[in-house]
Amino acid sequence: MLESMSTPASQGESRRVTRIQPHRGLRVLDFPSLWEYRELLYFFCWRDIKVRYKQTALGAAWALLQPFLTMLIFSVIFGHFAKMPSDGVPYPVFAYCGLLPWQLFAFALSETSNSLVGNSHLITKVYFPRLLVPIAGLLAGLVDFTIAFVLLVGMMAYYRLPIRSTVLVVPFLLLFAIVSSLGVGLWLSALSVKYRDVRHVLPFLTQFWLYATPVAYPSSLIPHKWRFLMGINPMSGVVEGFRWALLGTEQADLRLMALSVLSVLILLAGGLVYFDRMETTFADLV
Amino acid sequence: MSETAIRVENIGKLYRLGTSEQHSTLRDSLVHTLGAPQRAWKRLSGPKPAPKSEGWLWALRNISFEVKRGELVGVIGRNGAGKSTLLKVLSRITTPTEGFADITGRVGSLLEVGTGFHPELSGRENIFLNGAILGMHKAEIARKFDEIVAFSEIEQFLDTPIKHYSSGMYMRLAFSVAAHLETEILIVDEVLAVGDAEFQKKCLGKMEDVSRGGRTVLFVSHSMPAIQRLCKRGILLSKGRVEFDGPVSAVVDRYLSVHALSGSYIATADPSIPSITSADADWDEEEEEIRVRVAFESPFAFTPKLGVVLFDVVGVPLFGTNPKIDLPNVEPPVMSKGIIELRILTDQLRADTYNISLWLGDHYHDYSVVENAISVQVNGGIRDPNQPGRAQIGCAKLQVRWRYETGVATNSDSIASV
Repeated sequence: MLESMSTPASQGESRRVTRIQPHRGLRVLDFPSLWEYRELLYFFCWRDIKVRYKQTALGAAWALLQPFLTMLIFSVIFGHFAKMPSDGVPYPVFAYCGLLPWQLFAFALSETSNSLVGNSHLITKVYFPRLLVPIAGLLAGLVDFTIAFVLLVGMMAYYRLPIRSTVLVVPFLLLFAIVSSLGVGLWLSALSVKYRDVRHVLPFLTQFWLYATPVAYPSSLIPHKWRFLMGINPMSGVVEGFRWALLGTEQADLRLMALSVLSVLILLAGGLVYFDRMETTFADLV
Repeated sequence: MSETAIRVENIGKLYRLGTSEQHSTLRDSLVHTLGAPQRAWKRLSGPKPAPKSEGWLWALRNISFEVKRGELVGVIGRNGAGKSTLLKVLSRITTPTEGFADITGRVGSLLEVGTGFHPELSGRENIFLNGAILGMHKAEIARKFDEIVAFSEIEQFLDTPIKHYSSGMYMRLAFSVAAHLETEILIVDEVLAVGDAEFQKKCLGKMEDVSRGGRTVLFVSHSMPAIQRLCKRGILLSKGRVEFDGPVSAVVDRYLSVHALSGSYIATADPSIPSITSADADWDEEEEEIRVRVAFESPFAFTPKLGVVLFDVVGVPLFGTNPKIDLPNVEPPVMSKGIIELRILTDQLRADTYNISLWLGDHYHDYSVVENAISVQVNGGIRDPNQPGRAQIGCAKLQVRWRYETGVATNSDSIASV
């Protein structure tokens, strides 16, 4: 009688015993279960992308317009009026090139920090590794980035800037930007389950962070003795790295980059541990 | 055949009552953080401090049972008995405070149908999304896609965003996906109480198919007929403990005799708004009426209006009333604490168990809603000595008049009989 039942595919996998017990100790990442739920991750991503520009008149054009309009504002105010130096490249490209990774980061940050509260209807009804939700939000942001990136290539052609071999570094910088936003976003999303203050803090945090990052201005403007502070901010490394890789500006200080990597890893590790601890109580608190 | 599918050992779940902790402010958080190392030390250096103080509630305590592979177990109990908490623990939505459970095989849990449906997405897209959320693989959904669509009867709206669906269509689609979830272990919470009667019947049928498939099912319901139809074994929960575990008929009998005859409900008053503090209902055989008594407390004086809705055991609303409907021109007195009594004549109600939901408000506000707060057993039909065990159809016992006309040979719309 048992043999007649129509169970899906992998019988071996399904015979596994799952133990449900109180949560104890530190556990940073449960990779096997994340892997097991990879299809759900795909569906979450797919949903986020599909739904994002539904019922908007301009649709995915927003992915272009947002960085483009910001770039225009920056160009007029900082480039034209304030005569901001731009490391020898035309200011519009300089600003746009910095805005791309920044917007990816800012978007991913807001997506991840809202991911748990925003999906509370799921969290209280179905089990899945909670980490999927913020990760899906991150990946969806990459689509916007890709669309906006096409415009950058166009701008570079317009200003006759050559494509350099250093462009190969871009994916790594992207990964770094994503991991940074995940590190911060995990903290915020887990915090927001308990403290809804996060929602109000986030816009300030993002704005402040934008000005603390050399997006509208070159890092060369910062006096040497303060460079160390910039290094702690992982996004300054990413933004400078982007300009170096794409526009051939001065190479970022590698020691500062190392400091950035270190600060991100610490944030991420802490975020994962905190998120994991909160995971067990989400359903009771959300 | 005697393989164990679910083994529950001494599971307990402790909840903190009240909402004070939930939406704390950042300031509290900072203060809380300062104390964190000390608490972490306490946590590591010993077992969970068993809080004996008030404000804590064991929603489950010392729950142990085993479910064999292929067994169908119905979990019953009054509201607050811990049924939903048990399902949440076994579905891994929340972790137990103590004890453990071992689950062998893939688990699908249906605590709600349509979980994760996105209003902007089409029916087709939502089938995939919802299926994935319930734990189905993409290939599996694709394979069953046509079957799901056929079951839901919404083929022509498949590419319409579901925000344009009627609630009936929505529920149908939602249940159809859920019904095709084919995990070896299925945890189902009261999802049958959806949609119209026709569709409900279809769903019950589907659940029976599921049960014949040899899968393990843990099924929570207030519907005794549904439980009896689907399950062979029952577990009766009461105040977070297993009160009785045995053949389903015995469990249902016990539930009805102990719990359903005079249901009562007690809650702690919310100090900030008017709230229902206790309620009970019983059936008066002499007067043939249900008496519902609801006590409330309020931090301020207001014009209390009590709404009462009677449901059958499947969850279909049968009747509802409030002072606005019954006595639109009579104002209840202004009170801040008191008891409201309602009598419902049952001479037209069949013998059955009925659940009652309560609503407390005034002209402008909903203050307190308690769904399925109490239940009451109406025995109207049983005392008729002439017709023991007669069949009941439906919930109402309406007054009827019969008329026979003989020898009038009209068309097919004649009402002649015998």
